Amino acid sequence: MKLSLTRRYDFAASHRLHAPQLSDAENRRIYGKCNNPYGHGHNYALEVTVTGPVDPATGMITNLGDLDPFVERAVLEGFDQKNLNEEVAEFKTLVPTTENVCREIFRRLQNFPAAKLERVRIEETSKNSFEVGAEEFA
Amino acid sequence: MIRITRKVEFSASHFYNNPNFSPEENRRIFGKCNNPHGHGHNYTLEVTIAGEPDPATGMVLDLKELKDILQREVMDRMDHRHLNYEVPELAGKIPTCENIAAVIWQLLEPKITRGELDRVRLYESPNLFADCTAGSTNGAGKRA
Repeated sequence: MKLSLTRRYDFAASHRLHAPQLSDAENRRIYGKCNNPYGHGHNYALEVTVTGPVDPATGMITNLGDLDPFVERAVLEGFDQKNLNEEVAEFKTLVPTTENVCREIFRRLQNFPAAKLERVRIEETSKNSFEVGAEEFA
Repeated sequence: MIRITRKVEFSASHFYNNPNFSPEENRRIFGKCNNPHGHGHNYTLEVTIAGEPDPATGMVLDLKELKDILQREVMDRMDHRHLNYEVPELAGKIPTCENIAAVIWQLLEPKITRGELDRVRLYESPNLFADCTAGSTNGAGKRA
């Protein structure tokens, strides 16, 4: 039996999918509406899953009093109400698809000291979700 | 292999307090959850069974049977109860999402007659859930 704990957060951000090494016509063909030069936005839902032993003294894998401020500082402060292309340094050179956003958020959270980060899952809309697991970063 | 999932909802009250901690430590560690008068949640429980469908019925496990098991093992024990005082399986444990999910796993596992218990997912709220899955224990995790 293995236990994990998942906490769900929300952030709202804008982005534009555009790869500078491709021509404008190719960008329009590949990214479609997401290539609109003015960008567009989403209400992203972020699920952070941690695993580890349950501390018998607290009954917890991690205290949300530790996890929430860590995620706030590492991710939400920099992502919420921002333009991902313009305001998150990593996406100045990397297309902010939600696949890439998943990996960047995992990278930012993987040193959480109180439990092991197991999965980052993002719902870009209620119809699209993306996830990355610890095995990719092993 | 097919996975089937049944969902039930129950409402219960609880609070977090470790008698080995001082009142100040309890308040610092558990925050609002330490309120001795307790507070409540609408819990959502998703139970997943994995297995091959029976060729005669096309079913992994009859969902009616799973529904009855969940009623007996979980709803009758926990719905509209105070988890600190009225659920013997949680006695001496802090009734966190993690501990409740583990207790539910232990209650259900021996009752599943076809297929295998694959996952117990317990939502305390839409923004917090614990997963209990088959497999190795949590020893590999690190804790500061």
